[in-house]
Amino acid sequence: MLILLGLFLVIPVLMALWVSFSDWGGNGSPFSGNVHFVGTQNYQSILSGGGLAEQNFGTSLRNNAWYVVLVVPIQTAVSLFLAVMVNRAVLRGRGFFRTAFYFPSVTSSVAITVLWLFLFSTTGAINKVLSWVGIHGPNWFNDPDGILHLFLGLFGVQSGPASLTSSGFLGVTWWDWLAGPSVAMSAFILMAVFTTSGTFILLFIAALQNLGGDIQEAAMIDGANGWQRFWRITLPQLRPTLFTVLTLGLIGCWQVFDQIYTGTQGAPGNTTLTPAYLSYTSAFTNQAWGQGAAIAFILFVIIVAFTILQRWILRERTVSKRRMRAYLPKTEVPLEGGSR
Amino acid sequence: MQRRTRWLASGALAVATALALSACGSGFSGSSSTSTSGALTSSKKPLTVLIGSSGPAETKAVTSAVGDWSKSSGTDAKVLAANNLDQQLAQGFAAKKPADVFYLSTGALAGYASNGDLLSYGSMLSNKSDFYPSLVKSFTYNGQLYCAPKDFSTLQLVINTDMWKAAGLTSSDYPKTWDQLEAVAKKLTTSSHVGLSMNGQYERMGAFMVQAGGNLMNADSTKATANSAANVSALTYLKKLLNEGVMKTAKDLGQGDGGQALGTGQAAMTVEGNWVQGELSNDYPNVKYTVVQLPAGKAGMGTLQFSNCWGIAADSPNQKAALKLVEQLTTKQDQLAFSKAFGVMPSIKSAASEWKSENPASAAFLEGASYAQGVPTAKGSADVVTNLDSQLESLATSDPKTLLDQTQKNLQALLK
Repeated sequence: MLILLGLFLVIPVLMALWVSFSDWGGNGSPFSGNVHFVGTQNYQSILSGGGLAEQNFGTSLRNNAWYVVLVVPIQTAVSLFLAVMVNRAVLRGRGFFRTAFYFPSVTSSVAITVLWLFLFSTTGAINKVLSWVGIHGPNWFNDPDGILHLFLGLFGVQSGPASLTSSGFLGVTWWDWLAGPSVAMSAFILMAVFTTSGTFILLFIAALQNLGGDIQEAAMIDGANGWQRFWRITLPQLRPTLFTVLTLGLIGCWQVFDQIYTGTQGAPGNTTLTPAYLSYTSAFTNQAWGQGAAIAFILFVIIVAFTILQRWILRERTVSKRRMRAYLPKTEVPLEGGSR
Repeated sequence: MQRRTRWLASGALAVATALALSACGSGFSGSSSTSTSGALTSSKKPLTVLIGSSGPAETKAVTSAVGDWSKSSGTDAKVLAANNLDQQLAQGFAAKKPADVFYLSTGALAGYASNGDLLSYGSMLSNKSDFYPSLVKSFTYNGQLYCAPKDFSTLQLVINTDMWKAAGLTSSDYPKTWDQLEAVAKKLTTSSHVGLSMNGQYERMGAFMVQAGGNLMNADSTKATANSAANVSALTYLKKLLNEGVMKTAKDLGQGDGGQALGTGQAAMTVEGNWVQGELSNDYPNVKYTVVQLPAGKAGMGTLQFSNCWGIAADSPNQKAALKLVEQLTTKQDQLAFSKAFGVMPSIKSAASEWKSENPASAAFLEGASYAQGVPTAKGSADVVTNLDSQLESLATSDPKTLLDQTQKNLQALLK
């Protein structure tokens, strides 16, 4: 077991780590004599070089950050909502709905991407439906405009204030960081929600079915309505599942690659470029292997940092007095009453 | 304590295995320093030819040409059509087991050459002087011709004949200048189609830069010239056409390229390369079209050319046979056969007259050979061009000078 793990996990990772600090050019073994240690040069060129490499990396982080910010909460909420619906005993044809919701998850993401390209083409089904209600649909996968910029454009704001456009981070101005996902990326966001929710519905259903009925009944007797029972009884008990779903969602979202590879390859205007795809093109197309490996490791650090942060936020903690009040029964009898 | 020793043990194992791997690696790479010396490797090993094929027609033509060579030379050779040429090449180089002969694009040459992946065999070619000089320049890196140009394509103006007639235009109206192009584009624009359409990218719009006397880099790709006045004037002209509504990018028409825009009847003229003929006859057989040369700009005629070459791997165990194969594949006979099969133009001057008589309708493309310029070939320039392309998509609303200044900065960073 140890040998297997070492051979297929530890050593490749160590090799990649070495490549990210070397000038290896993709010829022969990275450990051969004519490959040199170049310190943090690869990292510097993507983090502070001021050149195209830095700008591309900044753009890819911007795109992916918006992707994560939108996909993770939406898919978690949607899957939780649907799981609760499907879990209700009164719903007819539960088996059918469960299968239907899970279907997109078992379909290959490449196939779904191709389907999406058809649906969201300029003359595709989505725009057709939009035209029925009088909306002239966007040129989805060819539209590089950020949706927040478009929204501001409705109020006549075409370019940002000088304070935002004159400075920036990683070669991308603050104004562009705030552009929001492009219209093209938004289509991918919808797709991610559509495909991954199914898997998470399954996790939530399993967790919901594990919850004992007694606490629910106790809450009912205490006079809690359905809404209160969900927020104050069900959801707190789902915390471990919630953590799993959020973590899996975060990791999956930061590593988005195959949709981009088969769908848009970073176009339009680099607004669907993601770090994972950039790492691939840097190495295989541009022969900048060190930079490609460096991007992969920065991505790794980002994912680990986010997971730790989220673990800290979702940690078990003692319930504060203010929050406790919500759980007090509605009857007038004080909690510690009568014993004196 | 026990846990710690286990970690130590696994760490030691990892290090030991890594060392073993590295030892393997250096053992393999011991014989890699033959790339520049005159002695070619020679052995009985069969050759592998890796091609990035445009479709079954190309694969079949190359396979049969290589098969013929195999029979006459007695050396086995196998043709593989790559799914993803860049990736498969890179894997081969990293494993020290590359394909012996392969397609190589102008943009990829510098990267592989500087890594020592390629055999620089240009000076050993027997038909070296027959290749077009501008193609030779595209495949020259550090003063050496690295590989033999396989074939090439140029951009010209493709016109929908029916729309042209419907607008009351005749063959004497083919645009010779930018002003004339603008005038006919205006005449050809109706409520159902635009006059002119092309992809919003340097690989099309760059032709106008050449006509104005500019290009992104000089011919040797040793100097960045992206923000020259000529380039600014070219983009300003195109921006004007876009804003007048007589030109639209293919994407704005919802099409993948100019050929589709023309084929679907959404544009009356487009700027495309000779590959468009195959596309039009396969997908839109009813569309009648004429190919004429692009108009001249301030600096005269100009267009862009695109090419691939036959790369030979520095690690190939049988370079001698590979060189012989490439010489055969670049002969007049083989190139004309390829041209017939998949519409490319021969890279050698001696095949020109025959090609023209065989393809009278597309003679304009070959005329371009005398004034065409290549795309930048400096290492990393493909990335800069991609970045420029992403901004050219919105040329109608952006400032050409700012956009080219940025490209200039990015190109200069490559040359440091």
